[in-house]
Amino acid sequence: MGAVLGVSMTANINTAVAAGVNTTGLAVTDKTVKVGILHSLTGTMAISETGAQEAEKLAIKQINESGGILGRQIEYIQEDGASDWPTFAEKSRKLLVKDKVAAVFGCWTSASRKAALPVFEKENGLLYYPTFYEGLEQSHNVIYTGQEATQQILAGLDWVAKEKKAKTFYLIGSDYIWPRTTMKIARKHIEKVLGGRVVGEDYKPLGNTQFGSTINKIRLKKPDVIYAAVVGGSNVAWFKQLKAAGITGKKQTLLTLSVTEDEVLGIGGQNLKGFYSVMKYFQSQTNSNNMKFVKEFKKMHGEDSVIGDVTQAAYLGPWLWKAAVERAGSFDVDKVVAESEKGDIELKTAPEGYVKLHKNHHLWSKTRVAQWNEDGQATVVFESDLIEPNPFPKGYQ
Amino acid sequence: MSDYTTQELISIFAMQGFAGFSLFSVLLLMALGLAIIFGQMGVINMAHGEFMAVGAYTTYLLSAMSEQYFPAFVQYYFIFAIILSFIIAGLLGYLAEFALIRHLYKRPLDTLLATWGLSLIMQQIFRSVFGAREVSPTLPEWLLGSYQPTETIDIPLNGIFVLGLTAFVTLGVFILMYRSTWGLRVRATTQNRVMSGAVGINTKKIDRLTFALGCGIAGIAGAAFTTIASTGPTTGSLYIVDTFMVVVFGGAASLFGTIASAFSIAQAQSILEFFISGSMAKVITLLTIVVFLMMRPEGLFSIKVRK
Repeated sequence: MGAVLGVSMTANINTAVAAGVNTTGLAVTDKTVKVGILHSLTGTMAISETGAQEAEKLAIKQINESGGILGRQIEYIQEDGASDWPTFAEKSRKLLVKDKVAAVFGCWTSASRKAALPVFEKENGLLYYPTFYEGLEQSHNVIYTGQEATQQILAGLDWVAKEKKAKTFYLIGSDYIWPRTTMKIARKHIEKVLGGRVVGEDYKPLGNTQFGSTINKIRLKKPDVIYAAVVGGSNVAWFKQLKAAGITGKKQTLLTLSVTEDEVLGIGGQNLKGFYSVMKYFQSQTNSNNMKFVKEFKKMHGEDSVIGDVTQAAYLGPWLWKAAVERAGSFDVDKVVAESEKGDIELKTAPEGYVKLHKNHHLWSKTRVAQWNEDGQATVVFESDLIEPNPFPKGYQ
Repeated sequence: MSDYTTQELISIFAMQGFAGFSLFSVLLLMALGLAIIFGQMGVINMAHGEFMAVGAYTTYLLSAMSEQYFPAFVQYYFIFAIILSFIIAGLLGYLAEFALIRHLYKRPLDTLLATWGLSLIMQQIFRSVFGAREVSPTLPEWLLGSYQPTETIDIPLNGIFVLGLTAFVTLGVFILMYRSTWGLRVRATTQNRVMSGAVGINTKKIDRLTFALGCGIAGIAGAAFTTIASTGPTTGSLYIVDTFMVVVFGGAASLFGTIASAFSIAQAQSILEFFISGSMAKVITLLTIVVFLMMRPEGLFSIKVRK
């Protein structure tokens, strides 16, 4: 009898807890919780976003295998943003209003995030955004798992100024918000802090594939460092033409902010050899977290798959959410955000090493500089200390 | 400018000149296939870029296969890739004309829509077969690096190669169009379709082959551009705007117009880019073309065609 009573009491307590967790107006049952994955599976951005959604699925699978969150298995609903910004907004609304998902892991470009942001703020949803981006944003409804601009830029520039004795810089980027903001911050840092000089600044239309004239301009200016933020298909043309023009890693220091292992597939290791990338994560990192992560990722998505910076940042999303939800004891967005804003959620198992969530919704992380090899992997040559995220940098705007 | 020696300035000047020529050859090679189809048949082929992508993917496949099975072949496969790209893109063009285009000859605006639909279908097929990520074939050694006539001049080898290929293809098209019986028939059909039919020219066959030829040349262009850029499912749409710009500016139906147009756009673009930023150079080039076309809608050159 006592045993029976015990069982029924436990059941009652469970029901009580479950009721507390389940009454948040979200798609939470006793057994499951629904989340959304929102990336471009079609269109021009599919190239970049494929890796991110693969990583999110891996994290969700691992969390489920280890017992889920608050005893609930995560079910994901995947929507296609189709590389079209209004579609991101529309699908966000669908996920939040119709499916009532507890969190969304998604978006890649700043444009898609800016389009979806008003929806998340109006419906009080929660978005985990994985891309390194230009900063100048901090929404109640977004957790940024990639680096904001100053984290990525300043450490890289400091390194090149110290290590390569660089004084003159040539800035080149694609013509949209991220490269423009990035270069603005970089120029300020070069001129005011490093005492260097910007000898040229150039922007190319998205999709541009002709760099002949730009390369000649660079030759004329003879910069110590080429500092590049060219994206997409242009990126490939840029490096192929640099190589063809005889500008290689042997003769010229080049630091890029927009090449991860994903891009190398298209660019080709032979064209990149010797150049440097600044990122917070590289697949070649040898810490035990990363060894395990790479192995599991390849097991799930194929031996040939590669993991870039954003893919890793996307992988952090579900784990950070799990940590905050478990502390809050609820899936309720405001409670989860409140826990996240305490600024002490850590992830010791992060493939990049260690990250900590700052109260400004961004992550404390290290910045790394790595040199590309012919096989498409990079060797880390520099690792910074843990850098505090600073999305609204004073003196850089 | 006092920091530079005369030697250096001459070198930059030479390399900048080559950059202009290189862009010229790229634009011309892109536009040639479209110019033939548009000029001779009046069909606006919105799927032109995708036929280029067919060539690029063919090159990638051949590269991957030779790396896998015949490593010794890697140094030579590129030549075969160009020929194969021509054949495959040409065959697909032949098929597209047979299945789609020929039913719409009397409705030019519908061909626009139909070929656009075709381009979307082809993009999705590329995505399903090759994946969304961009790919690059491994280039043979002789296409990498640069030619150095002097210490300070680097001329990209892939640029020289594309330039040579463009000259070869243009010459081939010229001979075919203006020095062969087949070309005579094509031109006759363009000028007066009914009369050509009356004198015994099989105009349907002419149409199909012209379309196939245009697509085949697009395939060659696609193969050649793998040396410059990468290939993804939507690569074609990157090129289509520049291609149309060249053809429309040059004046439809004129091979010389296309050449002159490619040359002037390329030189304007590359000289401007040297002095101002790439985005602004593009804006100025496009504005100039718009103004020119407002004053002279038929383009640089035009041939009078009986309607």
